[in-house]
Amino acid sequence: MRFAVVVFPGSNCDTDCVKAVRDILEQPVDLVWHHEKRLHSYDAIILPGGFSYGDYLRTGALARFSPVMEAVQETAEKGKLVLGICNGFQVLLEAGLLPGAMRVNDHLQFRCDIQPLQVANNHLPFTLEYEEGETIQLPIAHGEGNYYCDEKTLKQLQERGQIVFRYDGNNPNGSVDDIAGIVNEKGNVLGLMPHPERAVHDWMGSADGAKMLTSMLRYWRESHGAA
Amino acid sequence: MYKATITVRLKSSVLDPQGSAVKGSLHSLGFAEVENVRIGKTLEVWLDSADAAVAREQVEAMCQQLLANPVIENYEFQLEEGA
Repeated sequence: MRFAVVVFPGSNCDTDCVKAVRDILEQPVDLVWHHEKRLHSYDAIILPGGFSYGDYLRTGALARFSPVMEAVQETAEKGKLVLGICNGFQVLLEAGLLPGAMRVNDHLQFRCDIQPLQVANNHLPFTLEYEEGETIQLPIAHGEGNYYCDEKTLKQLQERGQIVFRYDGNNPNGSVDDIAGIVNEKGNVLGLMPHPERAVHDWMGSADGAKMLTSMLRYWRESHGAA
Repeated sequence: MYKATITVRLKSSVLDPQGSAVKGSLHSLGFAEVENVRIGKTLEVWLDSADAAVAREQVEAMCQQLLANPVIENYEFQLEEGA
Protein backbone atom coordinates (compact mmCIF):
# COMPACT_ATOMS: atom_id res chain seq x y z
CA MET A 1 0.00 0.00 0.00
CA ARG A 2 1.53 3.28 -1.10
CA PHE A 3 0.94 6.53 0.83
CA ALA A 4 1.39 10.16 -0.19
CA VAL A 5 1.61 12.97 2.35
CA VAL A 6 0.87 16.31 0.69
CA VAL A 7 3.06 19.24 1.73
CA PHE A 8 1.49 22.71 1.48
CA PRO A 9 3.45 25.89 2.23
CA GLY A 10 3.01 25.89 6.01
CA SER A 11 2.39 22.16 6.59
CA ASN A 12 4.26 21.16 9.73
CA CYS A 13 2.85 17.77 10.69
CA ASP A 14 3.92 16.18 7.39
CA THR A 15 7.02 14.46 8.76
CA ASP A 16 5.05 13.13 11.72
CA CYS A 17 2.63 11.48 9.27
CA VAL A 18 5.46 9.95 7.26
CA LYS A 19 7.10 8.57 10.41
CA ALA A 20 3.80 7.16 11.69
CA VAL A 21 3.18 5.30 8.40
CA ARG A 22 6.75 3.98 8.33
CA ASP A 23 6.83 2.98 12.02
CA ILE A 24 3.40 1.40 12.25
CA LEU A 25 2.74 0.03 8.77
CA GLU A 26 6.22 -0.29 7.24
CA GLN A 27 4.68 0.75 3.93
CA PRO A 28 6.16 3.10 1.31
CA VAL A 29 5.27 6.74 1.84
CA ASP A 30 6.32 9.87 -0.09
CA LEU A 31 6.16 13.55 0.72
CA VAL A 32 4.43 15.23 -2.24
CA TRP A 33 4.73 18.97 -2.91
CA HIS A 34 1.38 20.73 -3.44
CA HIS A 35 2.25 21.49 -7.08
CA GLU A 36 2.04 17.78 -7.94
CA LYS A 37 -0.76 17.02 -10.36
CA ARG A 38 -0.58 13.23 -10.48
CA LEU A 39 -1.35 11.01 -7.53
CA HIS A 40 -2.57 7.94 -9.41
CA SER A 41 0.25 5.70 -8.15
CA TYR A 42 -0.85 6.15 -4.53
CA ASP A 43 -3.45 4.16 -2.61
CA ALA A 44 -3.95 6.68 0.17
CA ILE A 45 -3.41 10.42 0.47
CA ILE A 46 -2.83 12.18 3.79
CA LEU A 47 -3.38 15.94 4.10
CA PRO A 48 -1.38 16.77 7.23
CA GLY A 49 -1.83 19.48 9.83
CA GLY A 50 -0.06 22.82 9.88
CA PHE A 51 -0.96 26.22 8.57
CA SER A 52 -1.29 26.01 4.81
CA TYR A 53 -0.43 29.40 3.26
CA GLY A 54 -0.55 30.87 6.76
CA ASP A 55 -4.33 30.48 6.59
CA TYR A 56 -4.57 34.23 6.01
CA LEU A 57 -8.10 34.36 4.61
CA ARG A 58 -9.68 31.33 6.31
CA THR A 59 -8.10 28.05 7.33
CA GLY A 60 -7.66 25.89 4.26
CA ALA A 61 -9.19 28.45 1.88
CA LEU A 62 -6.07 29.10 -0.19
CA ALA A 63 -4.70 25.54 -0.02
CA ARG A 64 -7.86 24.35 -1.69
CA PHE A 65 -6.64 25.95 -4.94
CA SER A 66 -3.26 24.19 -4.93
CA PRO A 67 -2.72 22.16 -8.11
CA VAL A 68 -2.60 18.94 -6.09
CA MET A 69 -6.19 19.33 -4.92
CA GLU A 70 -7.60 18.37 -8.30
CA ALA A 71 -5.66 15.12 -8.08
CA VAL A 72 -6.89 14.62 -4.50
CA GLN A 73 -10.45 15.03 -5.78
CA GLU A 74 -9.88 12.48 -8.56
CA THR A 75 -8.28 10.07 -6.09
CA ALA A 76 -11.28 10.42 -3.78
CA GLU A 77 -13.71 9.81 -6.65
CA LYS A 78 -11.89 6.58 -7.48
CA GLY A 79 -12.65 5.37 -3.95
CA LYS A 80 -9.07 5.53 -2.71
CA LEU A 81 -8.51 6.68 0.86
CA VAL A 82 -8.04 10.36 1.73
CA LEU A 83 -7.27 11.34 5.32
CA GLY A 84 -7.27 15.02 6.36
CA ILE A 85 -5.85 15.75 9.79
CA CYS A 86 -6.49 19.10 11.53
CA ASN A 87 -5.60 21.68 8.85
CA GLY A 88 -6.01 18.84 6.35
CA PHE A 89 -9.62 18.49 7.57
CA GLN A 90 -10.11 22.25 7.08
CA VAL A 91 -8.73 21.97 3.52
CA LEU A 92 -11.16 19.11 2.75
CA LEU A 93 -14.07 21.25 3.99
CA GLU A 94 -13.01 24.25 1.92
CA ALA A 95 -12.56 22.00 -1.12
CA GLY A 96 -16.08 20.65 -0.71
CA LEU A 97 -14.86 17.06 -0.30
CA LEU A 98 -16.58 17.08 3.08
CA PRO A 99 -19.67 19.10 4.07
CA GLY A 100 -19.66 21.97 6.56
CA ALA A 101 -17.19 24.64 7.63
CA MET A 102 -14.76 25.41 10.44
CA ARG A 103 -15.11 28.28 12.89
CA VAL A 104 -12.90 29.75 15.61
CA ASN A 105 -13.07 27.77 18.89
CA ASP A 106 -16.04 29.05 20.89
CA HIS A 107 -13.79 30.07 23.83
CA LEU A 108 -11.36 31.82 21.42
CA GLN A 109 -8.33 30.00 22.85
CA PHE A 110 -5.90 27.72 21.10
CA ARG A 111 -6.39 24.33 22.73
CA CYS A 112 -3.51 21.85 23.00
CA ASP A 113 -4.35 18.74 24.99
CA ILE A 114 -4.90 15.00 25.07
CA GLN A 115 -8.57 14.57 24.27
CA PRO A 116 -10.81 11.55 24.87
CA LEU A 117 -12.91 10.66 21.82
CA GLN A 118 -15.65 8.20 21.16
CA VAL A 119 -15.56 6.07 18.03
CA ALA A 120 -19.03 6.61 16.58
CA ASN A 121 -18.65 4.43 13.47
CA ASN A 122 -16.23 1.50 13.31
CA HIS A 123 -17.39 0.20 9.93
CA LEU A 124 -15.17 2.50 7.90
CA PRO A 125 -11.82 1.92 6.20
CA PHE A 126 -10.26 4.18 8.85
CA THR A 127 -11.87 2.62 11.93
CA LEU A 128 -12.13 -1.14 11.33
CA GLU A 129 -9.71 -1.90 14.15
CA TYR A 130 -11.60 0.12 16.75
CA GLU A 131 -14.60 -1.06 18.76
CA GLU A 132 -17.93 0.70 18.28
CA GLY A 133 -18.28 3.27 21.06
CA GLU A 134 -14.67 2.73 22.15
CA THR A 135 -13.10 5.66 23.97
CA ILE A 136 -9.67 6.57 22.64
CA GLN A 137 -7.13 9.27 23.49
CA LEU A 138 -5.72 11.48 20.76
CA PRO A 139 -3.90 14.83 20.98
CA ILE A 140 -5.57 17.99 19.73
CA ALA A 141 -3.89 21.31 18.87
CA HIS A 142 -6.06 23.90 17.18
CA GLY A 143 -7.60 27.34 17.37
CA GLU A 144 -10.19 26.80 14.66
CA GLY A 145 -11.69 23.38 15.19
CA ASN A 146 -15.27 24.39 15.84
CA TYR A 147 -17.04 22.28 13.21
CA TYR A 148 -20.27 23.74 11.88
CA CYS A 149 -22.95 22.56 9.49
CA ASP A 150 -26.62 23.44 9.12
CA GLU A 151 -29.32 21.26 10.68
CA LYS A 152 -30.19 19.49 7.45
CA THR A 153 -26.57 18.47 6.87
CA LEU A 154 -26.21 17.39 10.50
CA LYS A 155 -29.25 15.15 10.19
CA GLN A 156 -27.77 13.56 7.06
CA LEU A 157 -24.43 13.03 8.80
CA GLN A 158 -26.20 11.37 11.73
CA GLU A 159 -28.48 9.19 9.65
CA ARG A 160 -25.78 8.02 7.25
CA GLY A 161 -23.22 7.22 9.93
CA GLN A 162 -20.87 9.92 8.67
CA ILE A 163 -19.95 11.12 12.15
CA VAL A 164 -16.85 9.06 12.90
CA PHE A 165 -15.47 10.57 16.12
CA ARG A 166 -17.13 12.63 18.83
CA TYR A 167 -15.42 14.46 21.68
CA ASP A 168 -16.01 12.52 24.87
CA GLY A 169 -16.89 14.59 27.93
CA ASN A 170 -15.62 18.11 27.42
CA ASN A 171 -16.00 19.50 23.90
CA PRO A 172 -12.77 21.46 23.36
CA ASN A 173 -14.02 23.85 20.64
CA GLY A 174 -17.83 24.02 20.63
CA SER A 175 -18.39 21.92 17.51
CA VAL A 176 -21.89 20.92 16.46
CA ASP A 177 -23.01 17.60 18.03
CA ASP A 178 -19.51 17.23 19.61
CA ILE A 179 -18.14 16.30 16.18
CA ALA A 180 -14.39 15.63 16.03
CA GLY A 181 -14.30 13.87 12.66
CA ILE A 182 -16.57 13.09 9.73
CA VAL A 183 -16.45 11.01 6.61
CA ASN A 184 -17.95 11.58 3.14
CA GLU A 185 -20.98 9.60 1.98
CA LYS A 186 -18.84 6.96 0.27
CA GLY A 187 -16.78 6.51 3.43
CA ASN A 188 -13.36 6.94 1.82
CA VAL A 189 -12.60 10.57 2.78
CA LEU A 190 -12.11 11.22 6.50
CA GLY A 191 -11.42 14.58 8.13
CA LEU A 192 -10.71 14.94 11.84
CA MET A 193 -9.30 17.63 14.12
CA PRO A 194 -7.31 15.34 16.50
CA HIS A 195 -3.87 14.09 15.45
CA PRO A 196 -3.68 10.28 15.17
CA GLU A 197 -0.10 10.52 13.85
CA ARG A 198 1.00 12.02 17.18
CA ALA A 199 -0.34 9.04 19.10
CA VAL A 200 1.21 5.90 17.65
CA HIS A 201 3.60 4.84 20.45
CA ASP A 202 2.98 4.53 24.19
CA TRP A 203 5.82 6.97 24.88
CA MET A 204 3.77 9.63 23.09
CA GLY A 205 1.15 9.40 25.82
CA SER A 206 -1.21 7.28 23.73
CA ALA A 207 -0.87 4.76 20.92
CA ASP A 208 -4.56 4.90 19.97
CA GLY A 209 -3.89 6.60 16.62
CA ALA A 210 -2.02 3.54 15.33
CA LYS A 211 -5.29 1.66 14.80
CA MET A 212 -6.40 4.25 12.26
CA LEU A 213 -3.39 3.39 10.12
CA THR A 214 -3.69 -0.36 10.64
CA SER A 215 -7.40 -0.08 9.74
CA MET A 216 -6.49 1.60 6.46
CA LEU A 217 -3.95 -1.12 5.62
CA ARG A 218 -6.38 -3.89 6.57
CA TYR A 219 -9.10 -2.34 4.40
CA TRP A 220 -6.71 -1.98 1.48
CA ARG A 221 -5.47 -5.59 1.80
CA GLU A 222 -9.01 -6.93 2.07
CA SER A 223 -10.20 -4.94 -0.94
CA HIS A 224 -7.18 -6.08 -2.95
CA GLY A 225 -7.61 -9.72 -2.07
CA ALA A 226 -4.34 -9.79 -0.18
CA ALA A 227 -5.78 -10.48 3.28
CA MET B 1 -9.43 51.34 -12.28
CA TYR B 2 -12.13 50.22 -9.88
CA LYS B 3 -11.96 49.63 -6.18
CA ALA B 4 -14.24 47.10 -4.53
CA THR B 5 -14.73 47.30 -0.78
CA ILE B 6 -15.96 43.90 0.29
CA THR B 7 -17.43 43.08 3.68
CA VAL B 8 -17.53 39.43 4.74
CA ARG B 9 -19.54 38.52 7.83
CA LEU B 10 -20.61 35.36 9.59
CA LYS B 11 -24.25 34.58 8.85
CA SER B 12 -26.55 35.76 11.63
CA SER B 13 -27.40 32.12 12.46
CA VAL B 14 -23.72 31.35 13.14
CA LEU B 15 -22.40 32.11 16.62
CA ASP B 16 -19.65 34.76 16.57
CA PRO B 17 -17.42 34.10 19.61
CA GLN B 18 -15.16 37.07 18.84
CA GLY B 19 -18.14 39.40 18.73
CA SER B 20 -19.42 37.97 22.03
CA ALA B 21 -16.04 38.55 23.68
CA VAL B 22 -15.93 42.18 22.47
CA LYS B 23 -19.49 42.70 23.71
CA GLY B 24 -18.40 41.48 27.16
CA SER B 25 -15.51 43.97 27.17
CA LEU B 26 -17.78 46.83 26.09
CA HIS B 27 -20.11 45.95 28.97
CA SER B 28 -17.23 45.97 31.43
CA LEU B 29 -16.27 49.43 30.13
CA GLY B 30 -19.73 50.57 31.11
CA PHE B 31 -21.47 50.48 27.73
CA ALA B 32 -24.43 48.59 29.14
CA GLU B 33 -26.59 49.55 26.17
CA VAL B 34 -24.63 47.27 23.81
CA GLU B 35 -26.91 44.38 22.91
CA ASN B 36 -24.89 42.61 20.29
CA VAL B 37 -21.53 42.77 18.47
CA ARG B 38 -20.66 40.94 15.28
CA ILE B 39 -17.17 40.99 13.78
CA GLY B 40 -16.53 40.71 10.06
CA LYS B 41 -13.67 41.56 7.76
CA THR B 42 -13.19 44.15 5.07
CA LEU B 43 -11.22 43.44 1.93
CA GLU B 44 -10.21 46.11 -0.58
CA VAL B 45 -9.61 44.89 -4.11
CA TRP B 46 -8.41 47.11 -6.97
CA LEU B 47 -9.27 45.90 -10.47
CA ASP B 48 -8.37 47.11 -13.92
CA SER B 49 -11.66 46.02 -15.51
CA ALA B 50 -13.26 47.15 -18.79
CA ASP B 51 -16.31 48.72 -17.13
CA ALA B 52 -18.29 48.72 -13.90
CA ALA B 53 -20.58 45.87 -14.93
CA VAL B 54 -17.61 43.61 -15.69
CA ALA B 55 -15.89 44.62 -12.45
CA ARG B 56 -19.05 43.84 -10.49
CA GLU B 57 -19.31 40.41 -12.09
CA GLN B 58 -15.66 39.68 -11.36
CA VAL B 59 -15.90 40.70 -7.70
CA GLU B 60 -19.05 38.61 -7.33
CA ALA B 61 -17.16 35.58 -8.70
CA MET B 62 -14.19 36.24 -6.38
CA CYS B 63 -16.50 36.37 -3.36
CA GLN B 64 -18.27 33.18 -4.29
CA GLN B 65 -15.16 31.20 -5.16
CA LEU B 66 -12.72 32.34 -2.51
CA LEU B 67 -13.29 35.44 -0.41
CA ALA B 68 -16.36 34.19 1.46
CA ASN B 69 -17.33 30.69 2.58
CA PRO B 70 -21.03 30.45 1.72
CA VAL B 71 -21.58 27.76 4.37
CA ILE B 72 -21.04 30.22 7.21
CA GLU B 73 -20.54 33.68 5.68
CA ASN B 74 -22.41 36.40 3.79
CA TYR B 75 -20.77 39.14 1.75
CA GLU B 76 -21.60 42.49 0.23
CA PHE B 77 -19.49 45.02 -1.65
CA GLN B 78 -19.37 48.53 -3.02
CA LEU B 79 -17.63 49.54 -6.21
CA GLU B 80 -15.95 52.91 -6.82
CA GLU B 81 -14.45 54.12 -10.05
CA GLY B 82 -11.05 55.77 -10.20
CA ALA B 83 -10.31 55.14 -6.53
